Amino acid sequence: MRIVCPFCGERELGEFTYLGDAKSARPAAGASEDEVFDYVYMRDNVAGPMSEYWYHGGGCRAWLKVARNTLTHEISSVEPAAGVGAKQAAR
Amino acid sequence: MTSSQPYRLVSGGLIDRAAPLGFRFDGKSFAGFQGDTLASALIANGVKLVGRSFKYHRPRGILTAGSEEPNALVELRSGARREPNTKATTAELYDGLEAASQNRWPSLRHDLMAVNQLFAPIFVAGFYYKTFMWPARFWEAVYEPAIRRAAGLGRAAGVADPDHYDKAWAHCDVLIAGSGPAGLAAALAAGRGGARVILCEEDFALGGRLLADGGMIDGAPAAEWITRTLAELAALPDVRIMTRTTLFGVYDGGTYGALERVNDHLLSPPEHQVRQRLWRIVAKRCVVAAGAIERPIVFAGNDTPGVMMASAMRTYVARYAVTPAKRIALFTNNEDGWRTVETALGAGLQIAAVIDARPDVSAERRALAAKAGFAVLNGSVSGVEGGKDGVRKIAVSLTGGARAEVEADGLAVSGGWNPAVGLTSYHRGRPKWQDDIAAFVPDGAPPGMVAVGAANGAFGLGDCLRQGFAAGAAAAQSAGRSGNAGTSPTADEEAFSLTPLWHVAGKGKAFVDYQHDVTASDIELAQREGFESVEHLKRYTTLGMATDQGKTSNVAGLAIMAALSGKSIPETGTTIYRPPYVPVAIGAFAGHHRDENFHATRLTPSHHWAAEQGAVFVDTGLWKRAQWYPRAGEKDWLESVTREVKAVRSGVGFCDVSTLGKIDVHGPDAGAFLDRVYINTFSNLAVGKARYGLMLREDGIVYDDGTTSRLAEDHYFLTTTTAKAGLVMQHLEFCRQVLFPEFDVQLTSVSDQWAQFSIAGPSARELLKQVVDESEDLSNEGFPFMGAREVALHGGIRARLFRISFSGEMAFEISVPARYGDALVRNLMLAGKPFGVTPYGTEALGVMRIEKGHVAGPELNGTTTAADLGLGKMMSTKKDFIGRVMAGREALVAPDRQVVVGIKPVDKTRRLRSGAHIIPKGETPGPDNDQGYVTSVCFSPVLDQWIGLGLVERGRERIGEIVHAHDPLRGEDYDVELCSPVFYDPDGGRQRG
Ligand SMILES: [Zn+2]
Repeated sequence: MRIVCPFCGERELGEFTYLGDAKSARPAAGASEDEVFDYVYMRDNVAGPMSEYWYHGGGCRAWLKVARNTLTHEISSVEPAAGVGAKQAAR
Repeated sequence: MTSSQPYRLVSGGLIDRAAPLGFRFDGKSFAGFQGDTLASALIANGVKLVGRSFKYHRPRGILTAGSEEPNALVELRSGARREPNTKATTAELYDGLEAASQNRWPSLRHDLMAVNQLFAPIFVAGFYYKTFMWPARFWEAVYEPAIRRAAGLGRAAGVADPDHYDKAWAHCDVLIAGSGPAGLAAALAAGRGGARVILCEEDFALGGRLLADGGMIDGAPAAEWITRTLAELAALPDVRIMTRTTLFGVYDGGTYGALERVNDHLLSPPEHQVRQRLWRIVAKRCVVAAGAIERPIVFAGNDTPGVMMASAMRTYVARYAVTPAKRIALFTNNEDGWRTVETALGAGLQIAAVIDARPDVSAERRALAAKAGFAVLNGSVSGVEGGKDGVRKIAVSLTGGARAEVEADGLAVSGGWNPAVGLTSYHRGRPKWQDDIAAFVPDGAPPGMVAVGAANGAFGLGDCLRQGFAAGAAAAQSAGRSGNAGTSPTADEEAFSLTPLWHVAGKGKAFVDYQHDVTASDIELAQREGFESVEHLKRYTTLGMATDQGKTSNVAGLAIMAALSGKSIPETGTTIYRPPYVPVAIGAFAGHHRDENFHATRLTPSHHWAAEQGAVFVDTGLWKRAQWYPRAGEKDWLESVTREVKAVRSGVGFCDVSTLGKIDVHGPDAGAFLDRVYINTFSNLAVGKARYGLMLREDGIVYDDGTTSRLAEDHYFLTTTTAKAGLVMQHLEFCRQVLFPEFDVQLTSVSDQWAQFSIAGPSARELLKQVVDESEDLSNEGFPFMGAREVALHGGIRARLFRISFSGEMAFEISVPARYGDALVRNLMLAGKPFGVTPYGTEALGVMRIEKGHVAGPELNGTTTAADLGLGKMMSTKKDFIGRVMAGREALVAPDRQVVVGIKPVDKTRRLRSGAHIIPKGETPGPDNDQGYVTSVCFSPVLDQWIGLGLVERGRERIGEIVHAHDPLRGEDYDVELCSPVFYDPDGGRQRG
């Protein structure tokens, strides 16, 4: 698999580390235990298009938000994940 | 030389008769020529019997002339280079080649294991499941060893491979698999179009089927066209042709795997050269011109040596100038098989008869037969008379029911051709059925890939050239190259008329999968027993599961199943295709990453100095760290470590701690950012001060710990554990970029930039004064416990100095730019001489941290909370931080959790072992009363006994309680006392002094 890093260009899979679902934002301070529990543990097991976090540790150290189809490994977009997991950005 | 090769034709072939080669097979000496394969050289010498079959030990000969070969597997080379299951059909002959037949005992001609044939009824499909089910322990003790002895193919070398393997990357616009007419035409078009082209050919010669079948291209003989085309390709700026290179896999994003057999064709690789090279090729487009594989027809005795694929037979005659037989019969169901007759007649060989299963044979063919004086029999081969010395007689069932016999010493068989659909199907693609050629052809392909020519079901030469050329031109264009491809080479169309025929009923074993000895009756049995699905059929009979992956057998197997179950072949379907296309040696996947190069090795700045001191090193992750420094006369590690600890506690010692992860945190929001990632507060840390910090994961479990110092208002220097250095950096970047983008902060990994040493012991300050500039105030007032600042060393080098202690003694950690690390230790040794300075390793470091009750890896084990570690009070209640909410979950704050506690044996002379379970005294150990375990142990020189830390249920409330240590692994049971984890200097006076 190859990922087009918005900073470095197209790079090989081995340069990246996978984290997982990039859907939910971290609940703000004061959130309930249930809300945080969902954020930490609840994930869909997606068969199809999914939004994921990938880390370009072998390159620019940017965290990226990658839209990938888990069935075909087709990547439809890659963008910096800046603020993607922040509560204020999610709103 | 030819005289010694009785089956070598006097002329012709693509061999170099001026380059004779000697080789040995099963200890016997033979001769061949440069350009031979082992198979062709064996044929030249009249060797028909080359191996024994897997289950029944039946005599087997050479079936094919390519990488699809199921029979002619040999052990190639000897000693450490012995390579089992090597296909004689692709092994290039070299002078001094040694090969041995496999799977026979005591010899190929007299294989006693052939007795298996008499027990054939027990070797039917599913025999493993049926015969060896009960009793279970018999499996390991009796059945498996017996089966392994009887059924093994070749023997591995059993010693380390002496050769080197390489891994490399390549990038191109257009990747082409195969150098037949379609592949060369594709390369021509793509190359002329301006594309960067890589063409991979598994053979050592370029041309594919043209090498044996010839033909006319653009009005000239194929050989001339190949020469001309290769010259043009060589003149193009960016066309790379890789022979002896098999494209074996297709991966995501246009990444392909290829194996280049760089020096397999030599006795041993030249010095400093690799044996094989694994390529990962990234291509924008891929043109698969991998050809097709001729398929056998299943009939009784079809495995007799001398029965050979028709295309292979003419390859041996035309390309290698050898004669697999003197009097050849052909059994075909299609027009292409007749080429073998033409080739054989052209070489002056005798044709015994042609058995053609088709209802109509053209007048042209009949005329040829009449002229050459052989019969054309309309019917099928129903049996073969012969044995290990080859074919003698062929039984024919004529259409209409009559029988006939043909005397021949070789039988060429053509059941049609199967396009090589592997590469196009590796992304779970399922090929589709094409009726006119009765074969599966690609139905789509992975992104960027297209199949052409025979691989696409187009068998005519003209079609191959046209499809290859068009695909090459289109691939170049879609890769963004706009050069003019010119016009396609052309050739006449060829008819390929075929009447499907898979299986001829008859008496005797009729093989579908030669390599796994799967017969037509095995498939019948599988069908009777309900294993109709192709995936079940495969696993029940092991059809297609041998090293050849069923290249010659799968389609016939499922065609027979289709007929038995009353379904069509496409309804029956194919199994999933998976790479690699041909077996790839593990050595090639490993490349240079073996032995000491299995992974990268990181050396500490003081490594070379420590090695000079005779340090014993230990692998911690990628690092090599000095574990202890033995001295002459010391009887074991314990004596050395104890000496080191005592020296530190009574004088001064130093230890390289450069392996800690080090991160510079810069920016106006650096403090606020650290407040979010640590459970305790850093924004209120004074400049010039250090603080111990603890990080949680978001689920509330402890992630990492370390000391972080504030060097300036907007600059913190953070350290991590050695193990988590990379992961913490990644985690912090996630927090910074993804979770908390509002902070103005930057992170820089400086782990490799700083050499860091701990200098510990009552004389630490005195030693330090010898290397630090006189102007620096190191007094307790000027540089108190937990102080941190930049200092100048003698000579002006700037260092970072931290008054922190892991050992419990007065201690400093000093960081210098990594390139000065070696000079610093040498200086410390010199300057420390008057103080008896002692270098200490990771063992002494560990002893002192256990004596002080500091937690480390065994306690930060991914299941413990801050409170479990006795650090619960550090958790700020005034701020949000990673893991705060989840750490408050009921189970994570339960009072009966296992928490860190000190442990010492009641019998002071006894050794404590980590891993021992803690059980209430007087109870029988069991899972119900297991209250925890010993995590870390050491011999404490201070207490003169073994001590340890453990995680024990309600441990802190049970100080003083005698409990039972149960160690089933080592068979030990003894009483221990739970105590404070701080064994040494509990009020901390020494580190502050
Ligand atoms: Zn990048």
